[in-house]
Amino acid sequence: MKGQHALVTGGSRGIGKAICLELASQGVHVAVNYSGNKEKAEQVADECRTYGVEAMTIQANVADSASVQSMVKTVMGEFGAIEILVNNAGITRDTLIMRMKEEDFDAVIDTNLKGVFNCAKAVTRPMMKQRYGRIINISSVVGVLGNAGQANYVASKAGVIGLTKSLARELANRNIRANAVAPGFIQTEMTDKLPEDTKGELLKQIPLGELGKPEDVAKVVAFLASDAASYMTGQTLHVDGGMVMP
Amino acid sequence: MATIQDRISKIVSERLGVDESEVKREATFKDDLGADSLDVVELVMELEDEFDLEISDEDAEKIGTVGDVVDYIERHQ
Ligand SMILES: NC(=O)c1ccc[n+]([C@@H]2O[C@H](COP(=O)([O-])OP(=O)(O)OC[C@H]3O[C@@H](n4cnc5c(N)ncnc54)[C@H](OP(=O)(O)O)[C@@H]3O)[C@@H](O)[C@H]2O)c1
Repeated sequence: MKGQHALVTGGSRGIGKAICLELASQGVHVAVNYSGNKEKAEQVADECRTYGVEAMTIQANVADSASVQSMVKTVMGEFGAIEILVNNAGITRDTLIMRMKEEDFDAVIDTNLKGVFNCAKAVTRPMMKQRYGRIINISSVVGVLGNAGQANYVASKAGVIGLTKSLARELANRNIRANAVAPGFIQTEMTDKLPEDTKGELLKQIPLGELGKPEDVAKVVAFLASDAASYMTGQTLHVDGGMVMP
Repeated sequence: MATIQDRISKIVSERLGVDESEVKREATFKDDLGADSLDVVELVMELEDEFDLEISDEDAEKIGTVGDVVDYIERHQ
Protein backbone atom coordinates (compact mmCIF):
# COMPACT_ATOMS: atom_id res chain seq x y z
CA MET A 1 0.00 0.00 0.00
CA LYS A 2 3.03 2.24 0.35
CA GLY A 3 2.61 5.41 -1.68
CA GLN A 4 -1.15 4.98 -2.14
CA HIS A 5 -3.70 7.63 -1.16
CA ALA A 6 -6.56 7.19 1.27
CA LEU A 7 -9.58 9.31 2.08
CA VAL A 8 -10.93 8.56 5.55
CA THR A 9 -14.26 10.12 6.49
CA GLY A 10 -14.68 11.12 10.11
CA GLY A 11 -10.93 10.86 10.61
CA SER A 12 -10.70 13.47 13.34
CA ARG A 13 -11.59 11.25 16.29
CA GLY A 14 -12.13 7.74 17.59
CA ILE A 15 -11.94 4.85 15.17
CA GLY A 16 -11.39 7.11 12.14
CA LYS A 17 -8.35 8.65 13.76
CA ALA A 18 -6.89 5.20 14.47
CA ILE A 19 -7.53 4.23 10.83
CA CYS A 20 -5.70 7.33 9.56
CA LEU A 21 -2.70 6.58 11.78
CA GLU A 22 -2.59 2.89 10.92
CA LEU A 23 -2.66 3.62 7.18
CA ALA A 24 -0.02 6.34 7.57
CA SER A 25 2.19 3.93 9.52
CA GLN A 26 2.01 1.64 6.48
CA GLY A 27 3.16 4.42 4.14
CA VAL A 28 -0.24 5.55 2.83
CA HIS A 29 -0.86 9.28 2.24
CA VAL A 30 -3.98 10.29 4.11
CA ALA A 31 -6.77 12.83 3.63
CA VAL A 32 -8.48 13.31 6.99
CA ASN A 33 -12.11 14.31 6.58
CA TYR A 34 -14.00 15.92 9.45
CA SER A 35 -17.28 17.65 9.96
CA GLY A 36 -16.68 20.34 12.59
CA ASN A 37 -13.52 19.50 14.52
CA LYS A 38 -10.87 21.21 12.40
CA GLU A 39 -8.34 21.33 15.20
CA LYS A 40 -8.56 17.62 15.97
CA ALA A 41 -8.34 16.77 12.29
CA GLU A 42 -5.19 18.91 11.99
CA GLN A 43 -3.67 17.04 14.92
CA VAL A 44 -4.38 13.72 13.24
CA ALA A 45 -2.80 14.98 10.00
CA ASP A 46 0.26 16.17 11.93
CA GLU A 47 0.57 12.78 13.58
CA CYS A 48 0.27 11.05 10.19
CA ARG A 49 3.12 13.18 8.84
CA THR A 50 5.43 11.84 11.54
CA TYR A 51 5.36 8.60 9.52
CA GLY A 52 6.80 10.48 6.55
CA VAL A 53 3.63 10.50 4.46
CA GLU A 54 1.63 13.39 3.05
CA ALA A 55 -1.48 14.29 4.99
CA MET A 56 -4.24 16.82 4.45
CA THR A 57 -7.45 17.72 6.22
CA ILE A 58 -10.72 18.31 4.43
CA GLN A 59 -14.01 19.53 5.82
CA ALA A 60 -17.19 18.03 4.38
CA ASN A 61 -20.56 16.86 5.54
CA VAL A 62 -20.85 13.34 4.13
CA ALA A 63 -24.63 13.60 4.17
CA ASP A 64 -24.46 16.38 1.58
CA SER A 65 -23.66 15.21 -1.94
CA ALA A 66 -22.39 18.58 -3.18
CA SER A 67 -20.08 18.82 -0.18
CA VAL A 68 -18.78 15.30 -0.86
CA GLN A 69 -18.20 15.98 -4.55
CA SER A 70 -16.14 19.02 -3.79
CA MET A 71 -14.20 17.09 -1.14
CA VAL A 72 -13.27 14.36 -3.62
CA LYS A 73 -12.33 16.98 -6.20
CA THR A 74 -10.07 18.76 -3.75
CA VAL A 75 -8.38 15.55 -2.61
CA MET A 76 -7.89 14.41 -6.22
CA GLY A 77 -6.41 17.82 -6.98
CA GLU A 78 -3.97 17.55 -4.12
CA PHE A 79 -3.10 13.84 -4.24
CA GLY A 80 -3.76 13.02 -7.92
CA ALA A 81 -5.33 9.67 -6.95
CA ILE A 82 -7.54 8.03 -4.35
CA GLU A 83 -6.88 4.31 -4.13
CA ILE A 84 -8.52 3.78 -0.76
CA LEU A 85 -11.80 5.14 0.61
CA VAL A 86 -12.76 4.43 4.20
CA ASN A 87 -16.34 5.37 5.02
CA ASN A 88 -16.14 5.76 8.76
CA ALA A 89 -18.10 8.93 9.61
CA GLY A 90 -21.09 8.08 11.73
CA ILE A 91 -23.44 9.42 14.36
CA THR A 92 -26.01 8.09 16.82
CA ARG A 93 -29.33 9.55 17.97
CA ASP A 94 -30.48 6.81 20.31
CA THR A 95 -33.99 6.58 21.65
CA LEU A 96 -36.86 4.11 21.73
CA ILE A 97 -38.82 3.98 18.51
CA MET A 98 -41.93 5.41 20.19
CA ARG A 99 -39.94 8.51 21.05
CA MET A 100 -37.86 8.66 17.93
CA LYS A 101 -38.55 11.76 15.90
CA GLU A 102 -38.49 11.69 12.15
CA GLU A 103 -35.52 14.08 12.28
CA ASP A 104 -33.61 11.60 14.45
CA PHE A 105 -34.22 8.88 11.93
CA ASP A 106 -33.34 11.01 8.93
CA ALA A 107 -30.19 12.51 10.43
CA VAL A 108 -28.72 9.09 11.21
CA ILE A 109 -29.69 7.55 7.86
CA ASP A 110 -28.40 10.60 5.99
CA THR A 111 -25.00 10.54 7.65
CA ASN A 112 -24.40 6.83 8.12
CA LEU A 113 -26.01 5.34 5.02
CA LYS A 114 -26.45 8.09 2.45
CA GLY A 115 -23.01 9.35 3.47
CA VAL A 116 -21.51 6.05 2.33
CA PHE A 117 -23.47 6.23 -0.91
CA ASN A 118 -22.35 9.82 -1.56
CA CYS A 119 -18.68 9.11 -0.95
CA ALA A 120 -18.61 5.80 -2.82
CA LYS A 121 -20.36 7.40 -5.77
CA ALA A 122 -17.94 10.32 -5.84
CA VAL A 123 -14.80 8.14 -5.85
CA THR A 124 -16.15 5.65 -8.38
CA ARG A 125 -15.17 7.82 -11.32
CA PRO A 126 -11.50 8.20 -10.40
CA MET A 127 -11.33 4.57 -9.24
CA MET A 128 -12.84 3.27 -12.48
CA LYS A 129 -10.32 5.29 -14.45
CA GLN A 130 -7.50 4.01 -12.27
CA ARG A 131 -8.84 0.47 -12.66
CA TYR A 132 -8.06 0.19 -8.96
CA GLY A 133 -9.90 0.94 -5.79
CA ARG A 134 -10.54 -0.32 -2.29
CA ILE A 135 -13.64 0.81 -0.43
CA ILE A 136 -14.04 -0.09 3.22
CA ASN A 137 -17.27 0.77 4.97
CA ILE A 138 -17.67 0.82 8.73
CA SER A 139 -20.87 -0.92 9.77
CA SER A 140 -21.55 -2.15 13.30
CA VAL A 141 -22.27 -5.30 15.27
CA VAL A 142 -25.77 -3.96 15.94
CA GLY A 143 -26.40 -3.78 12.19
CA VAL A 144 -26.35 -7.57 12.33
CA LEU A 145 -27.83 -8.22 15.79
CA GLY A 146 -30.34 -5.37 16.10
CA ASN A 147 -30.50 -3.27 19.24
CA ALA A 148 -33.31 -1.76 21.28
CA GLY A 149 -33.17 2.03 21.27
CA GLN A 150 -31.19 2.25 18.05
CA ALA A 151 -33.70 1.61 15.27
CA ASN A 152 -32.28 4.43 13.14
CA TYR A 153 -28.64 3.50 13.71
CA VAL A 154 -29.22 -0.22 13.23
CA ALA A 155 -31.14 0.39 10.01
CA SER A 156 -28.31 2.56 8.71
CA LYS A 157 -25.61 0.03 9.62
CA ALA A 158 -27.53 -2.94 8.16
CA GLY A 159 -28.00 -0.79 5.08
CA VAL A 160 -24.26 -0.28 4.85
CA ILE A 161 -23.73 -4.05 4.64
CA GLY A 162 -26.21 -4.34 1.76
CA LEU A 163 -24.73 -1.32 0.01
CA THR A 164 -21.27 -2.84 0.35
CA LYS A 165 -22.41 -6.05 -1.35
CA SER A 166 -23.95 -4.13 -4.24
CA LEU A 167 -20.84 -2.01 -4.70
CA ALA A 168 -18.75 -5.17 -4.64
CA ARG A 169 -20.79 -6.80 -7.38
CA GLU A 170 -21.12 -3.69 -9.50
CA LEU A 171 -17.47 -2.71 -9.50
CA ALA A 172 -15.64 -6.03 -9.21
CA ASN A 173 -14.66 -6.22 -12.87
CA ARG A 174 -13.05 -2.81 -12.64
CA ASN A 175 -10.71 -4.05 -9.90
CA ILE A 176 -12.56 -2.13 -7.23
CA ARG A 177 -13.15 -4.11 -4.06
CA ALA A 178 -15.69 -3.14 -1.41
CA ASN A 179 -15.82 -4.67 2.05
CA ALA A 180 -17.28 -3.74 5.40
CA VAL A 181 -16.01 -3.94 8.95
CA ALA A 182 -18.52 -4.37 11.77
CA PRO A 183 -16.96 -3.27 15.04
CA GLY A 184 -18.43 -4.35 18.34
CA PHE A 185 -18.15 -2.09 21.34
CA ILE A 186 -15.07 0.01 20.93
CA GLN A 187 -13.74 2.48 23.43
CA THR A 188 -14.44 5.92 21.89
CA GLU A 189 -16.45 9.04 22.66
CA MET A 190 -19.43 7.24 21.15
CA THR A 191 -19.32 4.51 23.79
CA ASP A 192 -18.01 6.74 26.61
CA LYS A 193 -21.49 8.28 26.58
CA LEU A 194 -23.06 4.98 27.69
CA PRO A 195 -24.09 4.66 31.36
CA GLU A 196 -21.92 2.38 33.55
CA ASP A 197 -24.59 -0.27 34.13
CA THR A 198 -25.23 -0.54 30.39
CA LYS A 199 -21.50 -1.08 29.89
CA GLY A 200 -21.50 -3.81 32.53
CA GLU A 201 -24.32 -5.58 30.73
CA LEU A 202 -22.49 -5.23 27.46
CA LEU A 203 -19.32 -6.81 28.74
CA LYS A 204 -21.27 -9.96 29.60
CA GLN A 205 -22.16 -10.36 25.91
CA ILE A 206 -18.57 -10.17 24.73
CA PRO A 207 -16.82 -13.54 24.71
CA LEU A 208 -13.40 -11.90 24.86
CA GLY A 209 -14.63 -9.99 27.91
CA GLU A 210 -13.54 -6.43 27.17
CA LEU A 211 -14.26 -3.45 24.97
CA GLY A 212 -12.20 -3.20 21.80
CA LYS A 213 -9.72 -0.47 21.00
CA PRO A 214 -9.94 1.76 17.93
CA GLU A 215 -6.62 0.22 16.82
CA ASP A 216 -8.21 -3.23 16.73
CA VAL A 217 -10.62 -1.97 14.08
CA ALA A 218 -7.96 0.04 12.26
CA LYS A 219 -5.75 -3.00 11.74
CA VAL A 220 -8.55 -4.93 10.05
CA VAL A 221 -9.42 -1.94 7.86
CA ALA A 222 -5.78 -1.73 6.79
CA PHE A 223 -5.81 -5.46 6.02
CA LEU A 224 -8.85 -5.06 3.76
CA ALA A 225 -7.21 -2.10 2.04
CA SER A 226 -4.04 -4.07 1.42
CA ASP A 227 -3.26 -6.61 -1.28
CA ALA A 228 -3.32 -9.31 1.39
CA ALA A 229 -7.10 -9.12 0.92
CA SER A 230 -7.00 -8.97 -2.87
CA TYR A 231 -9.35 -11.95 -3.26
CA MET A 232 -12.00 -10.57 -0.88
CA THR A 233 -14.94 -8.41 -1.84
CA GLY A 234 -18.47 -7.90 -0.53
CA GLN A 235 -17.52 -9.25 2.89
CA THR A 236 -18.25 -7.99 6.37
CA LEU A 237 -15.54 -8.69 8.91
CA HIS A 238 -16.60 -8.68 12.54
CA VAL A 239 -14.22 -7.07 14.99
CA ASP A 240 -16.23 -7.49 18.14
CA GLY A 241 -14.53 -9.82 20.58
CA GLY A 242 -16.73 -12.65 19.35
CA MET A 243 -20.18 -11.10 19.80
CA VAL A 244 -21.35 -12.17 16.35
CA MET A 245 -20.29 -15.52 14.99
CA PRO A 246 -21.92 -15.62 11.58
CA MET B 1 -8.23 18.25 -37.05
CA ALA B 2 -10.16 14.98 -36.82
CA THR B 3 -13.94 15.23 -37.12
CA ILE B 4 -16.17 14.64 -34.12
CA GLN B 5 -17.21 11.35 -35.68
CA ASP B 6 -13.58 10.23 -36.00
CA ARG B 7 -12.68 11.21 -32.48
CA ILE B 8 -15.67 9.32 -31.12
CA SER B 9 -14.90 6.25 -33.24
CA LYS B 10 -11.39 6.17 -31.90
CA ILE B 11 -12.47 6.36 -28.27
CA VAL B 12 -15.22 3.78 -28.72
CA SER B 13 -12.97 1.32 -30.50
CA GLU B 14 -10.23 1.69 -27.91
CA ARG B 15 -12.57 1.46 -24.95
CA LEU B 16 -14.59 -1.48 -26.22
CA GLY B 17 -11.82 -3.25 -28.10
CA VAL B 18 -13.69 -3.29 -31.41
CA ASP B 19 -12.48 -2.37 -34.87
CA GLU B 20 -13.15 1.23 -35.91
CA SER B 21 -14.97 -0.05 -38.98
CA GLU B 22 -17.60 -1.59 -36.68
CA VAL B 23 -18.32 1.74 -35.01
CA LYS B 24 -21.10 2.72 -37.41
CA ARG B 25 -23.79 5.33 -36.74
CA GLU B 26 -26.53 2.75 -36.27
CA ALA B 27 -24.44 0.38 -34.12
CA THR B 28 -25.87 -0.08 -30.63
CA PHE B 29 -23.36 -0.10 -27.79
CA LYS B 30 -24.84 -3.02 -25.93
CA ASP B 31 -25.95 -5.42 -28.68
CA ASP B 32 -23.63 -4.61 -31.58
CA LEU B 33 -20.50 -3.48 -29.77
CA GLY B 34 -20.75 -5.77 -26.74
CA ALA B 35 -20.66 -3.06 -24.07
CA ASP B 36 -22.10 -3.68 -20.62
CA SER B 37 -23.76 -0.86 -18.71
CA LEU B 38 -20.56 -0.01 -16.84
CA ASP B 39 -18.74 0.26 -20.18
CA VAL B 40 -21.29 2.81 -21.34
CA VAL B 41 -20.85 4.84 -18.15
CA GLU B 42 -17.09 4.80 -18.65
CA LEU B 43 -17.46 5.77 -22.27
CA VAL B 44 -19.57 8.75 -21.28
CA MET B 45 -16.91 9.78 -18.74
CA GLU B 46 -14.22 9.60 -21.38
CA LEU B 47 -16.27 11.54 -23.91
CA GLU B 48 -16.88 14.23 -21.30
CA ASP B 49 -13.14 14.61 -20.88
CA GLU B 50 -12.38 14.48 -24.61
CA PHE B 51 -14.99 17.09 -25.54
CA ASP B 52 -14.86 19.03 -22.29
CA LEU B 53 -18.58 18.92 -21.65
CA GLU B 54 -20.86 17.41 -19.09
CA ILE B 55 -23.43 14.82 -20.11
CA SER B 56 -26.25 14.68 -17.57
CA ASP B 57 -27.32 11.31 -16.21
CA GLU B 58 -30.72 11.65 -17.91
CA ASP B 59 -29.11 12.28 -21.28
CA ALA B 60 -26.55 9.53 -20.75
CA GLU B 61 -29.34 7.03 -20.14
CA LYS B 62 -30.85 7.82 -23.54
CA ILE B 63 -27.69 6.89 -25.38
CA GLY B 64 -28.23 3.70 -27.34
CA THR B 65 -26.30 3.98 -30.58
CA VAL B 66 -23.10 5.57 -31.82
CA GLY B 67 -25.27 8.03 -33.75
CA ASP B 68 -26.91 9.19 -30.51
CA VAL B 69 -23.51 10.14 -29.17
CA VAL B 70 -22.39 11.92 -32.34
CA ASP B 71 -25.61 13.93 -32.51
CA TYR B 72 -25.47 14.80 -28.83
CA ILE B 73 -21.93 16.06 -29.01
CA GLU B 74 -22.50 18.00 -32.20
CA ARG B 75 -25.49 19.69 -30.60
CA HIS B 76 -23.65 20.54 -27.39
CA GLN B 77 -20.24 21.59 -28.75
N1 LIG C 1 -17.47 3.27 18.95
C1 LIG C 1 -18.04 2.12 18.75
O1 LIG C 1 -18.18 1.32 19.67
C2 LIG C 1 -18.54 1.74 17.40
C3 LIG C 1 -19.09 0.45 17.24
C4 LIG C 1 -19.52 0.07 15.99
C5 LIG C 1 -19.44 0.95 14.92
N2 LIG C 1 -18.92 2.17 15.09
C6 LIG C 1 -18.86 3.05 13.93
O2 LIG C 1 -17.53 3.47 13.73
C7 LIG C 1 -17.51 4.76 13.15
C8 LIG C 1 -16.67 5.70 13.98
O3 LIG C 1 -17.20 5.74 15.28
P1 LIG C 1 -16.48 6.49 16.49
O4 LIG C 1 -16.91 5.81 17.71
O5 LIG C 1 -15.04 6.63 16.20
O6 LIG C 1 -17.22 7.91 16.41
P2 LIG C 1 -16.81 9.33 17.04
O7 LIG C 1 -15.70 9.18 18.00
O8 LIG C 1 -18.10 9.92 17.50
O9 LIG C 1 -16.30 10.12 15.75
C9 LIG C 1 -17.17 10.37 14.69
C10 LIG C 1 -16.38 10.93 13.53
O10 LIG C 1 -17.27 11.14 12.43
C11 LIG C 1 -17.21 12.48 12.00
N3 LIG C 1 -18.51 12.91 11.51
C12 LIG C 1 -19.72 12.88 12.15
N4 LIG C 1 -20.69 13.33 11.34
C13 LIG C 1 -20.10 13.63 10.16
C14 LIG C 1 -20.57 14.14 8.92
N5 LIG C 1 -21.88 14.43 8.71
N6 LIG C 1 -19.69 14.36 7.93
C15 LIG C 1 -18.36 14.07 8.10
N7 LIG C 1 -17.86 13.59 9.24
C16 LIG C 1 -18.73 13.38 10.26
C17 LIG C 1 -16.74 13.26 13.21
O11 LIG C 1 -16.15 14.49 12.79
P3 LIG C 1 -15.99 15.74 13.84
O12 LIG C 1 -14.85 15.34 14.75
O13 LIG C 1 -15.64 16.89 12.95
O14 LIG C 1 -17.28 15.86 14.55
C18 LIG C 1 -15.76 12.27 13.82
O15 LIG C 1 -14.52 12.32 13.16
C19 LIG C 1 -18.96 5.18 13.04
O16 LIG C 1 -19.45 4.89 11.73
C20 LIG C 1 -19.64 4.32 14.06
O17 LIG C 1 -21.00 4.13 13.76
C21 LIG C 1 -18.49 2.59 16.32
